[in-house]
Amino acid sequence: MSQAQTLAVEVIAIEQVTPLIKHFTLSAVDGAELPAFSGGSHIIVVLRGATRIYRNPYSLLSSPHSLGSYEIGVRRMEESRGGSHFLHDQVTVGSRLEIAHPVNLFPLAKTARKQVLIAGGIGITPFLAQLEDLHDGTAPYELHYSVRSPEHAAFLPRLREREGDRVRLYFDSESQAIDFDGLLANQPLGTHVYVCGPAGLINRVMTTAQRLGWPDSHLHSEQFTAPPTGDAFEVVLARAKLTVQVAPDRSLLESIEAAGVEVPYLCRGGVCGFCQTRVLEVDGELLHNDHFLSDAEKTKGKSIMPCVSRARCKNLVLDL
Amino acid sequence: MNAAVRPLAFKPNETFRDDFIFHNSPEAIRRFPMPFPNDEYMYSVNIEPHVAGAAGSVLEHAFDVDEHYIAECRERAIVLAAEPLRFQALPHMQSAQWDCLELLMDSLARDYPEHFSLTKRGNHWHWINRPLGIDQQFVFGDLASLPHQPLDYITRQTQGDFVVMDQRDGDLWIQAGMVTTPADWSLDFDMGMTFKEWHGPVPLAHEMNVFDRALKYLLNLRLGQPVRRLNWTLTIHPRLDTSPEAFPLWGPTRTTVTPQNAGDLVHLRVELQGLWRLPRSNAVVFSIRTYFISMRELVTIPKWARRVHRVVKNLHPVLVDYKGLTRYRDALVEWLAPFDDGTPTTPGTAPE
Repeated sequence: MSQAQTLAVEVIAIEQVTPLIKHFTLSAVDGAELPAFSGGSHIIVVLRGATRIYRNPYSLLSSPHSLGSYEIGVRRMEESRGGSHFLHDQVTVGSRLEIAHPVNLFPLAKTARKQVLIAGGIGITPFLAQLEDLHDGTAPYELHYSVRSPEHAAFLPRLREREGDRVRLYFDSESQAIDFDGLLANQPLGTHVYVCGPAGLINRVMTTAQRLGWPDSHLHSEQFTAPPTGDAFEVVLARAKLTVQVAPDRSLLESIEAAGVEVPYLCRGGVCGFCQTRVLEVDGELLHNDHFLSDAEKTKGKSIMPCVSRARCKNLVLDL
Repeated sequence: MNAAVRPLAFKPNETFRDDFIFHNSPEAIRRFPMPFPNDEYMYSVNIEPHVAGAAGSVLEHAFDVDEHYIAECRERAIVLAAEPLRFQALPHMQSAQWDCLELLMDSLARDYPEHFSLTKRGNHWHWINRPLGIDQQFVFGDLASLPHQPLDYITRQTQGDFVVMDQRDGDLWIQAGMVTTPADWSLDFDMGMTFKEWHGPVPLAHEMNVFDRALKYLLNLRLGQPVRRLNWTLTIHPRLDTSPEAFPLWGPTRTTVTPQNAGDLVHLRVELQGLWRLPRSNAVVFSIRTYFISMRELVTIPKWARRVHRVVKNLHPVLVDYKGLTRYRDALVEWLAPFDDGTPTTPGTAPE
């Protein structure tokens, strides 16, 4: 699918909301309304740096009912390949960026009888938009927000004002922790659970829910993996007849794109499976970092998600 | 209005039942969406981006409006008056219904400004449909401000059927629709089904993994990037409502075809199907727009006459049965044979 369609936006406000998180407000350069979307959607933000292009996914946190602007929250990543640093350090009010149309890989189940949202840290962002959809009153809901300390709790004033006692806060600094067993053991039939945040939180919710007998269809999670850095390696694109070097701080997908070969993608975070690519030859180890392939598929080594995965080998040939 | 394109001359007195007063103008024949790119037919995942086609073609606009518009809207009203369950929507599809209304109103007003207009002041919208004489002010999102539910309201003013699918559990579920022109399937029967359950009766395609691939593709359908495909069957008379519910009316007509009358009775029925991701609901709407052409009209294009003769004559026996052609295929082939002198056809569907 073509990636050509992007929207030109301008940064109209930036707010430092925690020591690590900046809140960006974007509006269309032509002043028109931005496309409607559903809570849980993300956009790909295209950042044109001096020497490279970053394409990073960020959840939309603004209300789906207010399309004059989009809002995203960006956490400065310690081990950033540069995308979040670029947004934090180079982008100012008035900067122009390109974004792709919203895609929702983390939608609310509209048939749910009750919605339970569990956020960890920056994982609060998709829920901020979903809460606006939940205000239509079709199902009761509650939000559990776990964060390092009050100082690091982004968007607290907004949550307190709009959600009141439907938000429960848990601060690590005050030794408060979500009682996963208590929370998940006492929900009415038809409840759906959503979790977004660090891998540890997601695993905790999923394993607890599965142990308590929750059906998989009622459990939802989203964790965008930033493409991990790693050792340099070389890849051969069989159909394009190209050999491409993957630098330590570039992803496989970025390196392929820089060589002029288009790979279809949606999330660039190891979630959607859209960039799944056939591995024709590999003489070493594939370093799978995605959440899409099953463990069996990862072991088989016939496919790779170039958006987040790498390889440790001398010879890797892809069907591209 | 684009001066190069002839204005539409609606034919409001056409009928799709009883006396079947229906024909295509020479322009409508030439723009007919031929579904056969070559002389043999087999299933494929023939999905392509729904981008604007040539001026005057059925692909020029997102939703094609043609000379049969007024008559088809009246036919829909007749069916709905007798069988209200041809429109259905589950309660959790409200936002998807409004999404559909916006998609259709935006498209029609943009593509046919001489016939439709839409003015938005915030949520206060003003819709004008000149061919049907409708002038409606309403509040977007407020059910009480429209005389029907949103999907019902706008599809009463649109040619073609609409099915709205909710996406969850890695599948697409039929949860709403307006279906008064089906090629032998029933919304009432299929409501609540998943994508593969809905397509269960289709022969051969499951073994070809057509539905696995199509479902995977559609689950990733993107906002602003709709796709389309063509499908086809044959129908006796230009009868839009060939539903299972109406079978007593149309089923027996399949026994009336002879090598003498096939040219007037048998119609090629082509569905231009579109698929759109909907923005607020994350649902997918499937549009099924039906076009008819009688065999007598079709053979006015010599290339199409030769091609359709060959396709029907050599059609896979399982498809002959599935498409309900068993009783009259031979009579039709006999009627078409004199129009096929064996000359090769050029590739593609254009009339030559």
